[in-house]
Amino acid sequence: MVIAKEAPVKETIVTRDNVIAPVQKNIVYETRGLDLWYGEHHGLKNINLDIYENEVTAIIGPSGCGKSTYLKTLNRMVELVPIVRTSGEILYRERNILSKDYAVEELRTHVGMVFQKPNPFPKSIYDNIAYGPRIHGIKNKKILDEIVEKSLRGAAIWDEVKDRLNQNAYGLSGGQQQRICIARCLAIEPDVILMDEPTSALDPISTLKVEELVQELKEKYSIVIVTHNMQQAARISNRTAFFLNGEVIEYDETDNIFQNPSDQRTEDYISGRFG
Amino acid sequence: MKYIDDTLVMKRMSKRLLYNKIWKFLFFLATTFALITLAVLLYRIVTQGAGYLTADFLTNFASRFPAKAGIKAALIGSLWLMAVVAPVSIILGVGTAIYLEEYAKKNKLNDFIRMNISNLAGVPSIVFGLLGLTIFVRTFGFGKSVLAAGLTMSLLILPVIIVAAQEAIRAVPNEQREASYGMGATKWQTIVRVVLPAAIPGILTGSILALSRAIGETAPLVVIGIPVILQFLPTSVFSEFTALPMQIYDWAKRPQEEFQYVAAAGIIVLMAVLIFMNSIAVFIRNKFQKRY
Repeated sequence: MVIAKEAPVKETIVTRDNVIAPVQKNIVYETRGLDLWYGEHHGLKNINLDIYENEVTAIIGPSGCGKSTYLKTLNRMVELVPIVRTSGEILYRERNILSKDYAVEELRTHVGMVFQKPNPFPKSIYDNIAYGPRIHGIKNKKILDEIVEKSLRGAAIWDEVKDRLNQNAYGLSGGQQQRICIARCLAIEPDVILMDEPTSALDPISTLKVEELVQELKEKYSIVIVTHNMQQAARISNRTAFFLNGEVIEYDETDNIFQNPSDQRTEDYISGRFG
Repeated sequence: MKYIDDTLVMKRMSKRLLYNKIWKFLFFLATTFALITLAVLLYRIVTQGAGYLTADFLTNFASRFPAKAGIKAALIGSLWLMAVVAPVSIILGVGTAIYLEEYAKKNKLNDFIRMNISNLAGVPSIVFGLLGLTIFVRTFGFGKSVLAAGLTMSLLILPVIIVAAQEAIRAVPNEQREASYGMGATKWQTIVRVVLPAAIPGILTGSILALSRAIGETAPLVVIGIPVILQFLPTSVFSEFTALPMQIYDWAKRPQEEFQYVAAAGIIVLMAVLIFMNSIAVFIRNKFQKRY
């Protein structure tokens, strides 16, 4: 087993036109020597990963490889399972989020999350979007109205729902519900958006819409997306991390991972030999 | 080769269909048996009691003479009792359920507590009566008051409310909580804004059904020593009072035949109150039920 290597911090990125341009990317998340145990099970083993600003970082790997666990560690959602223990460091904007004095509530105000299954609240579309701002103390109706419109526009669903903001969000289709959830996440004005297989419960057309949306969102937000769909990772991400049995096997720019993987296991996985 | 022989299947077919019908008939019989018993009971009570069910019956106090006997003190007394039982049992019950479901860690002690709350629901009501007599009537010195009886009844139905509320809270999908936590909500905000709104129909339905059990319960009141014939209404929670089931019990055990009819009229009033409470429960359940 190769110990997960340090992610290379490159001074250049490959743009869509394949022009090499020297760009200094800011790091949002630095993971240093992260280990995680579910009771006795060693779920994540010595993870070292950097996540860059305004990029889409995809995490791929077979079921049970720890990719969702890692994602949920980034906003400490993993702590909802009481038997979880962690060690190591995750620096978010240079502060260790795993330290006791970092309040999860504060962290999750900066880091929004979109879940596998669309999970709107059984409330109106408006109340769904206004939920986040309201828990953070915004009561002014005018400001809430503005946030709701901005968030729904940001999630490319404003035109579809602007005439029925008072209807229950459960009346929408699955794909629309998922974009409502993305809008709800944008309403807390996050810095990072974590997406846990956001299209696995959607039909192909809705999936396409969400993928296009992710491309737009990365202009303003840094996105980490877990997916079991390798084509999706190849289509939408700038960087890809390949997880296997709780370890990072390879982490590189997406083009390198898919066209020129340096590890045999990565190649086996992306060519469909297992997983 | 085929393992299932078509001719054999056909041969057994009529027998299988017959068994199918017989079982259906037996289950139908079981249902009708219960329904017929209930119908007979209702018919007897209504025919016996209807004659005595007048406006005077509702506004008169108890009397030695069957024709003058009324249920006012008992009816108002039962409402006073509910006014104590409802807030005490619902606040304590829902609070306990929230703690056990949302806050308590999953360890052996809490598992033991959870298990025993369900067991408490099966403890005979007379035992709660003895507890109430010892603690509320004597130790705290509340006497045979609305408060003492109300607290005793609250203890009696508390386990039922806790279990109902726990089930309602558990039925709220975890994805809903995750959505709330994911936006930086605290546990308290999540409980108030997501969990309780979704669980309230179940909590209220369970609570109202528990309260209707309390309103019909007699044994604890007998043990506490609630008086039967009262010529005044309670003025505060520390007043003496009487309740519907106590009054009915007293009438039913009197030797004069006419009092049997008065008791029947009292039962009709009690049942009307119960049906009213249960329809509120059904209404709440249908109106606020949410799907996910």
